[in-house]
Amino acid sequence: MTNKLTRRGLLKTGAVGGAGLALPTIFTTGAHAFTNEPSGGTVTLGFNVPQSGPYADEGADELRAYMLAVEHLNGEGDGGMLNTFSSKVLEGNGILGKKVEYVTGDTQTKSDAARASAKSMIEKDGAIMITGGSSSGVAVAVQSLCQEAGVIFMAGLTHSNDTTGKDKKANGFRHFFNAYMSGAALAPVLAKTYGTDRKAYHLTADYTWGWTQEESIVAATEALGWETVQTVKTPLSATDFSSYITPVLQTDADVLILNHYGGNMVNSLTNAVQFGLREKVVNGKNFEIVVPLFSRLMARGAGENVKGILGSTNWHWSLQDEGSQAFVKSFGTKYGFPPSQAAHTCYVQTLLYADAVARAGSFNPCAVGEALEGFEFDGMGNGPTLYRAEDHQCFKDVLVVRGKENPTSEFDLLEVVEVTPVGQVTYAPDHPMFAGGALGSCNPGA
Amino acid sequence: MLGLNKKDATLLGVVAVLVIFAPFILNPFPADSAMAQFNAGYPDLMQRFVIFGIFAVGFNLLFGLTGYLSFGHAAFLGVGSYSAVWMFKLLSMNVIPAILLSMVIAGLFALLIGFISLRRTGIYFSILTLAFAEMSFRLAYSVLTPITNGETGLQLTLEDPRILGQTATENGGIPVTNLFGLEMRSTEVLNLGGWTFQFNNGYYMAGALLLVAFYISIRIFRSPFGMMLRAVKSNQQRMNYTGLNTKPYTLAAFVISGMYAGLAGGLMASMDPLAGAERMQWTASGEVVLMTILGGAGTLIGPVLGAGFIKYFENIFSKINEAVLHSWFHALPDGLENAIVWVLEHFVGSGWHLTLGLLFMLVVTFLPGGLVEGGQRLGRLFGRKKDAEEKTATQSTPAE
Repeated sequence: MTNKLTRRGLLKTGAVGGAGLALPTIFTTGAHAFTNEPSGGTVTLGFNVPQSGPYADEGADELRAYMLAVEHLNGEGDGGMLNTFSSKVLEGNGILGKKVEYVTGDTQTKSDAARASAKSMIEKDGAIMITGGSSSGVAVAVQSLCQEAGVIFMAGLTHSNDTTGKDKKANGFRHFFNAYMSGAALAPVLAKTYGTDRKAYHLTADYTWGWTQEESIVAATEALGWETVQTVKTPLSATDFSSYITPVLQTDADVLILNHYGGNMVNSLTNAVQFGLREKVVNGKNFEIVVPLFSRLMARGAGENVKGILGSTNWHWSLQDEGSQAFVKSFGTKYGFPPSQAAHTCYVQTLLYADAVARAGSFNPCAVGEALEGFEFDGMGNGPTLYRAEDHQCFKDVLVVRGKENPTSEFDLLEVVEVTPVGQVTYAPDHPMFAGGALGSCNPGA
Repeated sequence: MLGLNKKDATLLGVVAVLVIFAPFILNPFPADSAMAQFNAGYPDLMQRFVIFGIFAVGFNLLFGLTGYLSFGHAAFLGVGSYSAVWMFKLLSMNVIPAILLSMVIAGLFALLIGFISLRRTGIYFSILTLAFAEMSFRLAYSVLTPITNGETGLQLTLEDPRILGQTATENGGIPVTNLFGLEMRSTEVLNLGGWTFQFNNGYYMAGALLLVAFYISIRIFRSPFGMMLRAVKSNQQRMNYTGLNTKPYTLAAFVISGMYAGLAGGLMASMDPLAGAERMQWTASGEVVLMTILGGAGTLIGPVLGAGFIKYFENIFSKINEAVLHSWFHALPDGLENAIVWVLEHFVGSGWHLTLGLLFMLVVTFLPGGLVEGGQRLGRLFGRKKDAEEKTATQSTPAE
């Protein structure tokens, strides 16, 4: 009885045996050609949207759109814009035959939190592409993270010039329009409606988007003869703007331009209306309020106050083209109400990414980037669109909208005043408002 | 060993083992199992564990020893981050100068704020530090935009000079942070059966610094200086009456604690070269207070545990969404499933603060000494030794 099987002996043998078996697998992981190369039958996308903070409404709608896009890519539901999209390589069997799965995260509309969330998607969940965001500060931060990590970033709602201007990155792509385009589209309509000798007072959200929008609108309106009385920055986290509205009354400004978005805009516009700005007459003219970047979600938040207010938007659900109608129909069927512009851009971005992968025949970020650069497409709700290779910005028509005087439903809040043709909002890649950055070269990571 | 008694040496050893084997310990579930959701062993989160561990250990040197509750410690973390990123922009991508500068700047900043704030004690001291931190936040967020890049956060660009390093790599990218060539972000992956373990350079560097920070903290706790700080906590007035000027001691503790925060900030920037103003916000200052109290204020290991606990909740629970919940309970009848998911979804995802709040309440109510006290109670319950030996140097005066 000398050769007894002891507990200690068994553990030892097991440990040595296990280590021996494991040894050959240690060095097998260097074979990946790029970060998070999908293996197996699925591919994971990361949806990084604000679920708390001033842009939470937009974030919730973005998430709905992403889930819808995943459904359509996997061949469930009615296919939505896949049927109207000019490129026909997507077959509803996932992406390159791999079933699409997704992970979600909360950006909290803070750069730090957004990057932490995106990092965990890349490092832990193996996401091959990150998309989302409803703030340009976050978009810029996450875009540079994706560049470093070697994954593609498909920007969600981000309107700052910097995203595809001085902070542009080779791995980042933006479908949404930008502040310069808003200015170029909105200014002629403003001049036509309110005249060319106006004095404007700006309230601006104090971050990259606010700064570039203010710059763009000031440049566009001053070119028409308007005068800028003063520009005041307000913190993004502000919820009460009364203390910023009172000083407006003490100037001779006759137009208030609110460079605010989401919850900020709802609150500042409400404050402005409460202070009776809209009934005021200055310099013999009616006092007017302009919100350069408008969305239906904001219009609903601000209620009565948006009536007659001019602004611009990327897309609106009432558009009558085939693509928009297909999207509104499948979104409405699933959720019971029409999508917002944030939902639209996120949905389109997901489809564009999937399409680029399918056309490139690879998930490699460099191949995908090449497929997206200079890509011309149609049937996604904005008419013929170009993904410009020089700065990864989409060029398409811009809508100028006005708050409806007599809405027929709680969703019918905006009316399209003018569709500004793409030619009027196009600019050179080295335009001064976009200068100072470089795409660099694409980074496949690993 | 190293001038520590046996007990402290054991504690340091335990922390060292935890740090070294964290990639294994934090990844108990196979990568493709349903429970993989709860794995925390990926580089970003492990880095956060140790970095916030350092931050909390430093905070505990002030709060745990002197009883001075600073509500503005995040300001030093933020200042450290900004210093480090500027170093990456101007000098080189090596993390050593960046970390050194972040500690120096945070220390100087702490000297200034401490000199003013320490004129008062108790709640007035807390309010003063809170005010200073909030001022720093506002400055970074808006006024000092040329230095801090405002809300967007300070980032590296392809045009930075980096006089001792390279402005851009050969293939046109921004160079990555490194320790004499060892890239902070690079990770070795070990596949063992169904498990995936990730060993990240940045994590191990931060981990080594945590051990150093922890060792220094033990030495301070056991030194005459530490004794003096504890005396300040128990009765400052009596010390003053005996003719002792306590201010140099408290100021020194404040500065050391600020430098710990600066180190944490510099490390954060070294792992991910970006510095945002929200790192200085009062919520970030509150977080380190929570970490310390949750883990056990005045104990050595408590703050590290608290930091890990909170970061785990923030990163793991916040990612459990409705779809995940449905997949857990899909075996149940539909009505019941929806009811359970409806209740639970308020506690996970964006509702993780609620869960954390409840746990914090429970801990403070039933375990005023924090997680460490919980551990001690368990130890007494199951320990072989009689609890006579349990009288430790840790003490559990509840937070004021």
